[in-house]
Amino acid sequence: MLNILVCIKQVPGTSKVEVDEKTGVLKRAGVESKMNPYDLYAIETALWIKEKIGGKITAVTMGPPQAESIIRESYMLGVDEGYLITDRRFAGADVLATAYTLYMGIKTIGEFDLIICGKQTTDGDTGQVGPALAEYLNIPHVTWVKSIEKADEKNIIVEQDMAESTAIVKLSYPCLITVDKDIMQPRLPSYRKKLKTKNKPVQIITFEDLADNNENNYGLSGSATKVERIFPPETNVKQVMMEGNPEELAENILDILKQIIQDPNLPR
Amino acid sequence: MFDNSFPNSILNNNISSLKNSPFMCNGDNFSAVAEKTGHKYKQITEDDIENLKKICSSDRVYAREGINEDYTHDEMPEYGKFAPEVVIEAISTDEISKIMRYAYENNIPVTPRGSGTGLCGGSVAIHGGILLSLVRMNKVLEFDEENLTITVEPGLLLMDLIKIVSERGLMYPPDPGEKSATIGGNVMTNAGGMRAVKYGVTRDYVLALTVVLANGEVLKVGGKVVKNSSGYSLKDLLIGSEGTLGIVTEITLKLIPAPKKVVSLLVPFENLDACIETVPKIIKSKAVPTAIEFMQREVIEAAEIYLGKKFPDKSSDAYLLLTFDGNSVKEIEEIYENVANICLEAGAVDVFISDTEERQESIWSARGAFLEAIKSSTTGMDECDVVVPRNKIAEYVKYVNKLEKEHGLRIRTFGHAGDGNIHVYLCKDELTDDIWKEKCSRIMKALYDKAIELGGQVSGEHGIGHSKIPYLKESIGDTAMSLMQGIKKVFDPKGILNPGKVCR
Repeated sequence: MLNILVCIKQVPGTSKVEVDEKTGVLKRAGVESKMNPYDLYAIETALWIKEKIGGKITAVTMGPPQAESIIRESYMLGVDEGYLITDRRFAGADVLATAYTLYMGIKTIGEFDLIICGKQTTDGDTGQVGPALAEYLNIPHVTWVKSIEKADEKNIIVEQDMAESTAIVKLSYPCLITVDKDIMQPRLPSYRKKLKTKNKPVQIITFEDLADNNENNYGLSGSATKVERIFPPETNVKQVMMEGNPEELAENILDILKQIIQDPNLPR
Repeated sequence: MFDNSFPNSILNNNISSLKNSPFMCNGDNFSAVAEKTGHKYKQITEDDIENLKKICSSDRVYAREGINEDYTHDEMPEYGKFAPEVVIEAISTDEISKIMRYAYENNIPVTPRGSGTGLCGGSVAIHGGILLSLVRMNKVLEFDEENLTITVEPGLLLMDLIKIVSERGLMYPPDPGEKSATIGGNVMTNAGGMRAVKYGVTRDYVLALTVVLANGEVLKVGGKVVKNSSGYSLKDLLIGSEGTLGIVTEITLKLIPAPKKVVSLLVPFENLDACIETVPKIIKSKAVPTAIEFMQREVIEAAEIYLGKKFPDKSSDAYLLLTFDGNSVKEIEEIYENVANICLEAGAVDVFISDTEERQESIWSARGAFLEAIKSSTTGMDECDVVVPRNKIAEYVKYVNKLEKEHGLRIRTFGHAGDGNIHVYLCKDELTDDIWKEKCSRIMKALYDKAIELGGQVSGEHGIGHSKIPYLKESIGDTAMSLMQGIKKVFDPKGILNPGKVCR
């Protein structure tokens, strides 16, 4: 029986979240949250494989206590078991600390044949947690998977979207893939399943449950990224028409790039 | 692809003399129609064109060969193509007033037109003359956030209006499916849409109109008032008049604060009967969804092909799509869980919850494409837009299915189960023209007869145009028709405003 793990995350419920320019913090007050849309593709992929060859699907998320709602939602989609990794000491984690915390958490849950993540989240947008997690787990991974060619009890063959080309990759379990949008149409949460899983527990994993109890490896202190300033991207796109021969144009473009780089508003 | 002579066989009225003449603006057939309707219109001359060019700017006046073929029909070319003699793209009330005065003095028919997305031939110049396009008049004239109103020109597209008001946290509640229609067209047909169950239709949100009358006089009706008991409501006569009583040039609409959260339920049923029979139970429960739509797998599949996008579920034969709005997920959850339980008790396979932008998009983009999807799946189409009392929907839809089997003609239905408005589409497919016409004529008659038998009306939201007049006559009777014709005469004694429409 294939043991599948899906990593999911709670993100702001709308794409119109504003950033407080002074504090650099997302204005989350009054904003509903939802499951990262890419993770819905990850869950759908897991359900598709399970429906084809059988197996068990576990969902795991790291986040504040209210992130339990996305585990509940994963139950409404057909996920069998869910874990919430939560602790104040995990707060402020960058991709590195997040991947490490997930790695430690997953070690306490058990062993998995296939781990599926969304390609990226819609809030952080880095797309690095999946690959970093695979590195910690010391298993092979393939990102940007746009379709599953074949899956059986031993291997999975996936199509990786390399923008200019497509790679067909065969992986043996255990392995990790991150899936792209539109790999398959995600199903909607079922009200019947909601009623059925009302009392199904969401397992909680805290700092004390982890094998590594060095606080410096988690949260803000475990992060390699130091955020100096966060600011919303400029919405006004400037267009400049340039004329000239290729050499002149190249010079012009280089000048503009230099100006952009010298912009004091860019974080160093 | 389309048979232009087709409508004649089903209409069997004055226009039948136009048989086989898709592009008629001049000649014998045209005069014949004019005679039969009791109006002799002036044929437009080179002088008229020059005079009209003096009123407007010459680059907005198109004549004869300069007229785009699109102007000869609306979304249903099956009802015939008719070329106007002149197309004018107007830009102001003042200009329209001058055009109307000229048309009035010279006895020239004027057909107002928005985006041309109508389905009954309402914006087609069946008597030639001037086709008055209002699409250039698409400005927002005033946004009054103290009274929650917006005043716009008639050519503003519905999709643009929605965008403008939603950016300010407000909502224009009527939600007709065709978002590229103009707001003027919506007002002129009293368009309904998908939120009618809770919020009502276009009429309920029109506070005031500026209208140019047949003789060019400019009249303002209604106002930014919540109540009004001041004599006959001319405003309400104008709404839904399809341009037969006046040309609307300014519209003041009522807006409401936009609900913060919208959740839809997609409810699959094993068969259509169980699906439709659930609707009265939901209505009886006193829950107020903004929309209750019904759809069948075949239509969903057509939409998937048309859009090249997958629908979240198509494992069942029939679906209800319900929408709830409110200020928080929790508030909506309490309401929809009650309805979800009713659906399960009524035999629903499951109840799927659509609570995010992405999920709403995956469902509603398909719902919005149904008409176009059906259209692109066949060689020719005829449609009917009846509305029946809400507790008769099941009976009506079952009757449509019976007709499909009896006549061996593919019929697709979908529509607003929550307000009793059902869209029925007959598909020509591989049928020969003769068989198609013959079957169409019989099925259409049966469809309208059944609607009337159940206490329904000819049109829920598409209007009458010229194609549905015989059915309207039959449905409302001579007395009501005479009253309408009398009203028309008071507004338009010379019969130059969109002649041949609604109550000819």
